[in-house]
Amino acid sequence: MKPIFMTYTKKDLINLAVCMVLSVLIIPTFIKTEYWYTSILIPWLCLALATIGQQIVMGYTGQLALGAAGFMAAGAFAMFNLILRVPDLGFVGSLIVSGLIAAAFGILFGLPSLKVRGIYLMVATLASQFFIIWMIDKFGWFKNYDSSGIITAQDIVILGKPFTTPLAMYFVCLAVTTILTLLAMNMARGSTGRNWMAVRDMDIAAESMGVSLLRTKVQAFAISAFYCGVAGALFAFCYLKSLEPVAFDIKLSFKILFMCILGGLGTINGAFIGAAFILLFPVLLNAIGNNVFHGAIDATIISSIEQVIFGLLMIIFMIYEPLGMAKLWENLKQSMRSKLSSSGIKGVKSPVLKK
Amino acid sequence: MAYERKFKIGKPILEVNNISLAFGGVKAITDTSFNVLEHEVRAIIGPNGAGKSSMLNCINGIYKPQQGTVSFRGQVVPNITPNIMAQMGLSRTFQNLALFKRMSVLDNILVGRKLHTKTNFLEVALQLPKVKKEEKLNRERSEEIISFLEIEDIKDTPVGKLPYGLQKKVELGRALATDSSIILLDEPMAGMNVEEKRDMCRFILKVNDELGTTMVLIEHDMGVVMDISDRVVVLDYGKVIGDGTPDEIMANQKVIDAYLGVEH
Repeated sequence: MKPIFMTYTKKDLINLAVCMVLSVLIIPTFIKTEYWYTSILIPWLCLALATIGQQIVMGYTGQLALGAAGFMAAGAFAMFNLILRVPDLGFVGSLIVSGLIAAAFGILFGLPSLKVRGIYLMVATLASQFFIIWMIDKFGWFKNYDSSGIITAQDIVILGKPFTTPLAMYFVCLAVTTILTLLAMNMARGSTGRNWMAVRDMDIAAESMGVSLLRTKVQAFAISAFYCGVAGALFAFCYLKSLEPVAFDIKLSFKILFMCILGGLGTINGAFIGAAFILLFPVLLNAIGNNVFHGAIDATIISSIEQVIFGLLMIIFMIYEPLGMAKLWENLKQSMRSKLSSSGIKGVKSPVLKK
Repeated sequence: MAYERKFKIGKPILEVNNISLAFGGVKAITDTSFNVLEHEVRAIIGPNGAGKSSMLNCINGIYKPQQGTVSFRGQVVPNITPNIMAQMGLSRTFQNLALFKRMSVLDNILVGRKLHTKTNFLEVALQLPKVKKEEKLNRERSEEIISFLEIEDIKDTPVGKLPYGLQKKVELGRALATDSSIILLDEPMAGMNVEEKRDMCRFILKVNDELGTTMVLIEHDMGVVMDISDRVVVLDYGKVIGDGTPDEIMANQKVIDAYLGVEH
């Protein structure tokens, strides 16, 4: 299909329009309960953004990295300090600069990727996770010498207007996520994305075509960390509303890794699907536990079951559908389309009938 | 060759001087020198394990030889890396196929346009007008190559799903997309049937003829080698045992011995 605007095809623009109408008009008019915004939609957008970051480095560039939560922590604490110490920067400015600070960490911890690969790189990138958290804990300056360990995040103020209600915060997250997703799509489909994928699929050939491994890998790590940093800042300011290094522990990194793999490596929409699945699945399990078994199953057992099912799904996807849920969704659409066209429903174009 | 060439064979474009390469105690190449003239089709032949692929890897900078130098257009290239050679105008294909398997044919060939892509990631993210212009030019050139190689019908297929012969063609296409002045082909016809081989020969000669691209190829099919190459260098046990026109090579006793075996 030919792109008609930037890199987007007609199908993309329709999808974008549907998503926008859904998220800007329909969701705010029909969902009134705060719970949905504060506990599901806002964390979903933030984590999807972080997952796009993970996708760039792992799905597109093929560098096994584990430490997204570390970069998120860097972004979150950078944001806190920027708003505290450089108030002139404003919310949006601070958000961009915190992303850039996270990107600087990304470059630093991406450097091992030049020498080690695969599982060894994963271990090496773990250093970012532990180093950043340790650094924030060790030096009181980052937490503004707060002794309680948990700092309340400042209110979000954009152009003098406060964004403090759940709905307003949802819109902040939505705007940032939408813009960054579109930019990521442009990169992934353009020459930048081709370089990433070339390095992923066959690095020696990529180098022989003039793709610099150093630049491409470091670039991917930097952009990935930028996305994670912005996501971390939003996660702290819109979802947690507090800053504590513990919130960005290794478990969160694993969660983002799972979102990335289940959603489908090397896809942008997979980031959203994977994040939605991992966030909603426990909610669903709890609902089943409460409504079907009427609380007969202990909550701890439910959360254990959740872990078991995630683990199983990871294995199943790795074996049968490495491209994840995004690919399943694509296949489903394809089979629906061919079913509709073979049953001869009007208005559905069929490639077979055209002949 | 009987007909008049558009690009006359010229001065040496690539010179390999006294290269020695060893892996631990195993000597792959010993003190080997030969040159490649501009616009010619040069074949490297030799029995299995003669060091032909290692030779290409040395020229291209994937292997670092312990001794010797590679000169490009009369200048010794210090610190050869694949990237530097690509920038100097040398492209290549690989023996065991090194395509980007999960990318489409078109995208694979577009990666070959990398050195003609000057925009950075920020400009790409924002899709500035100059990015679109550049992308359009690169796509046009890639489409040209695709139609030249007669693979239009598979251009959107992921390369990993294609049969071997077609993958070899795509790899040639990717090397062509770089617009390099010299292309190294590592067994471009391995595993092909007669018809596919004939096609491949046609493409190689056509590229050489129309674009003047210098071709260096490793090939096992003697018929093909003698047919299409201007000059042949023969390696055996990492040493040059013959260098000259196909006719000279066929009359060379050392070469005949190496291929047929000789009683010692």
